[in-house]
Formats: sequence, C-alpha cells, structure tokens
Amino acid sequence: MDFYFGLAQIIGVHTLLGLSAYVVLLTGQVSMAQAGFYAIGAYTPGAMTAMFGLHILPAIVIAGLVSAGIACIVGFPALRVKGLMLVVATLAFGEMVRLFFFNLTWQVERNGELVGPNGAEGFRAIRYFPQNGWEVWHVTVFIWIVVAVVMAALWWMDRSRAGAVLRAVGHDEIAAQSIGLNLTAVKVGAMTAGGFIAGLGGGIYAHTVTHIEHGVFGVLLATFAIAYPILGGLGTVFGTLIAVLFIQGFLIEGLRFMGDWRSLLFGALIVLAMNLRPTGLLGEHAPRMKHLLGLRGRKTETLESKEAN
Amino acid sequence: MLTLENLSKHFGGVHAVDGVSLTIHEGEIFGLIGPNGSGKSTTVNLITGLYAPTTGTVTLDGYDLTAMAQHERTAMGVARTFQNIRLFGNLTVAQNLWVAQNGHEQRRAHFLPRWFKAGGEHSPDIDELLKFSRLHSKRDLPASALSFGEMRRLEMARALASNPRVLLLDEPAAGASLEDGQLLAERIRDVRDRGVTVLLIEHMMELVMGISDRIAVLNFGRKIAEGSPAEVQANSDVRAAYLGSKHKDEELIHA
Repeated sequence: MDFYFGLAQIIGVHTLLGLSAYVVLLTGQVSMAQAGFYAIGAYTPGAMTAMFGLHILPAIVIAGLVSAGIACIVGFPALRVKGLMLVVATLAFGEMVRLFFFNLTWQVERNGELVGPNGAEGFRAIRYFPQNGWEVWHVTVFIWIVVAVVMAALWWMDRSRAGAVLRAVGHDEIAAQSIGLNLTAVKVGAMTAGGFIAGLGGGIYAHTVTHIEHGVFGVLLATFAIAYPILGGLGTVFGTLIAVLFIQGFLIEGLRFMGDWRSLLFGALIVLAMNLRPTGLLGEHAPRMKHLLGLRGRKTETLESKEAN
Repeated sequence: MLTLENLSKHFGGVHAVDGVSLTIHEGEIFGLIGPNGSGKSTTVNLITGLYAPTTGTVTLDGYDLTAMAQHERTAMGVARTFQNIRLFGNLTVAQNLWVAQNGHEQRRAHFLPRWFKAGGEHSPDIDELLKFSRLHSKRDLPASALSFGEMRRLEMARALASNPRVLLLDEPAAGASLEDGQLLAERIRDVRDRGVTVLLIEHMMELVMGISDRIAVLNFGRKIAEGSPAEVQANSDVRAAYLGSKHKDEELIHA
C-alpha cells in the first residue's frame, strides 16, 4: 500500500512541476528553468523546517514566494530572447541553480546534530513529516489538497481574461502588442506564477523524500517539466495531470516489469503519442463544459473546421 | 488630431519613409495611397510603434507618442488591423474581443476584476461589437474556423474593442472582390459614425476615392500629394507615380 501512496506523492509533486511549466508555455515560452525554481523551492522550506523549526504550511508558501521572486527577476532578461535562445538561456539558469546548491554548505546545529545543505552530499534529514507524526497517507492527502487548490486556481484563471491574454500572447505577439497588451508584463507575470507553483512543488518534494541533492534538479527534470504540458495539451490543466499519470504512473512504474527495455518503450510511446495527438492528449483548445456534458453537435463542428484549416 | 511631423524610417540605405508630415483631423476618413513599396505600411508601423522612427514625431491630440511602447499607444487610443490578418486563432471569436479591451475606457477597472473575473466575454460591450460586425452567431467558435471575410470583420472589431480614437486600416480590402469592397466602404463609414477617426491604407482605388474625405499619396517614402480625392486624381505627379513616367513624357510631347 505504501508503494501506491508513494507513487501518488510523486505524481502529485510532478503535477505541480508540470503546471508551473504549463503557465509559462501558454505564453509560447519554452522554459527549461522550471527545475531550477523547483530546486529553489526544495532547498528553501527544507531549511525553514529542518534548520529553524517552521511549520510546513508557511514553509512551502515561503518557498513558493522565493521561487516566484527569483522567477520574476530572471523573467525580465530571459524573456527578451525567444525560441531556441530562450531555451538555452533558461537551461543555463537551471544549471546555475543546480551548481549553486552543489557548492552550498550551510549547516546549523539542531537537537545535537548538524543539519543543512552540505554541498555535493546534499541536504539530509528534512524530517518534518516523521517528526510530527504524519503518516504516509496524511502526507499524500496533504499533497493532493495542494495540487487540487493549484489546479482549481489555474482552471479559474483559464476562464478569466488573464488566461485568454496568456493564450493570445502565445499565439501572436505582434497582434497582442497591437491590441494594447504589455508583452513584458504578461510574460514575466506568467513566469512569476510558474515560479510560485514550481516552488510549492519543490517544497513538498523535499519533505516527502527527506534528502535532496543537486543531481535531481538537472536537465532531465527540466525536460519532464515541459514534457508534461506539451504531451497533455495546452487546452486545459487536466492535460498536464493526465500526462503525469501517463508518464509517471504507466510508463515509469507500470512498465517496471520490462526492466531495461522500459526506457526504449518510453521513448517510442512518447513519439507515438505526439504523432497521433500533435497538439497533446487533450488538444490545445480549452474544452467547454457543455462539450464535456455531451452537447456534441458544436464539438464536431469545431473539429471539422479545425481540420479544414 | 493625429499629426506626423517630418517622419522618417531608414532601413540601412533604404529610405522606406522619408520626411513625411501629415495631419489627420478628428472624425474624418483619411486615405493613404501609393504604389507598392511606397512606405504606406511602414508609416502605419511607425504610428503604432512597431518600428521606432529614424527621425520625426507622432503626436495624438498634442501628446507625443514617439517614445511610447505599442501598448501605451493603444491605451492613448491608437488601434490597427493588419494587411495579413493576425487573429488569435486559438481563442474564440468573443475572446478575441475580450483580450483587446485595453483602451482608456477599460483601464478604469480594478486589477482583480479586470484580469481574473471569469466569463467576461459575455459583456454587453462585446455583444454590441459582435452584432456590429455581424459575428454574433459565431461568438463561441474558434477564430481560426471563420471564413476570410469574417476574419477581416473580426479583426476590425477587435481593434474597436480597445475603444480607439483613431483606427488604422492596413489594406482592409486585400483579397476582397469589388462587391465586398462596397460593403467594406459602408462598414468604414459606420466605424467613422461611431466617432472613430479612420486612417485607410489601400490599393483598391474605387474604395479610397469613394469614401475618403482627404487623401495623401506616398511615392518612394515621400509625400507627393495631399488633398480631396478629386484634387489628388488630377495631380500630375500622382498620375506619373501610378502610370509611370512614360505618361509624363507623352504629356510633354503633347505640350
């Protein structure tokens, strides 16, 4: 049973990571920096709870805010470049963060032992949950409450003008400027929101594994972060969730019996999925409630007209 | 109202726009014409701020727009359409108007309701614009599903959604038939009757001559004539620019 709770926890924190990239991707920016924000979010509240004895809730909110602040600062210069240059710039930032934590040693004595980030060895003993008597299922429920709150907030944002504005900027920057949208504000705003969500995810992640080290937050994690929303489709937040379930639940855990062949199949399935559903599993247009509830007439009309283009 | 003063844009050695001065009065339809490559679209891009001018200024009601970013100019009341239509194909028709509500009128709204109130694409303002553009029945379709003519109408409606004082139409008749052109002329008059000043850049002569109050003609980036449609048509420099210098030679021979 603990295995499934553990899996549910991984899926939960990775959903947060994917959603952080989702917000930024809506504006058409491919950011490889999300793993960096996730790392900042992991080290910050780890320090808060393990080193200074803070409660978990303020700790992860502070983690989100710190990541958001850094994302905002990074956003200004990084979003001046586009396309591949942005990928390179954000990738460089992510590596900077990782190497910063690789070199960071800052330990304090607490209850007779030294705790804190210790360079290459990582940050051990982030034991807030076991120390406070949280059982595995408590932690799992806690994670999914956070995921649900974030998803509800983004679902709301998607239906508000802010969501439409992000998508407009993602579709055509010149047209977006011509109707009076401030591109810098929109992009940096999306980056900041993404940083906040990544920070939350990282903060929770640090507490579920109790030991974090720099190697986890590398390019592979950054790639996963953007792969989730792209594979799931940018139409709705549920695309990201489904992609995380698909990758973490099915491809990584479900196919474990295949041993080393798993990674091969993993790649093949992603290629297959992208070919069958080039705009993601759930597509790029936000499905409307009435479509989901079964008023199919208009939906087929929409699909036909999409094909016609 | 909208004044260009000694406006120039040089791309390396090419003088795309070269010392153009114009004054467009409130409530008029002003036509800007010229042969291909004469600098019409560059002029529009200088007014909206897509390009920074090499020299010169753009002022609206005495406010200097020259140093302003594009979104600030929209807030001041400058809106435009594009020669090659640029809609948000991933949004619905109504949402295309919703995201465009960034003009001076809308800026009074508070931050939270302005950005995070859901369902605002069903506001009376947007309904009115959709009816005005005869797109009301398509309001929930993706903009990419519209026909070419509908896209043109939506793009004009989107520009109007920012409550502009002056609307720049960059070749709105491109790709349209002559009958469409006549409908378009009515639509442009309707826009003017809403209290929006129109700057019309166009190739279709019938359209420009028929509805413009005044016309300016560009050739090789310079203004070669300005006046009423009749005055411009009678101008020999204009005829030379459009028909080639051979026409001018013939005139000389006959003289």
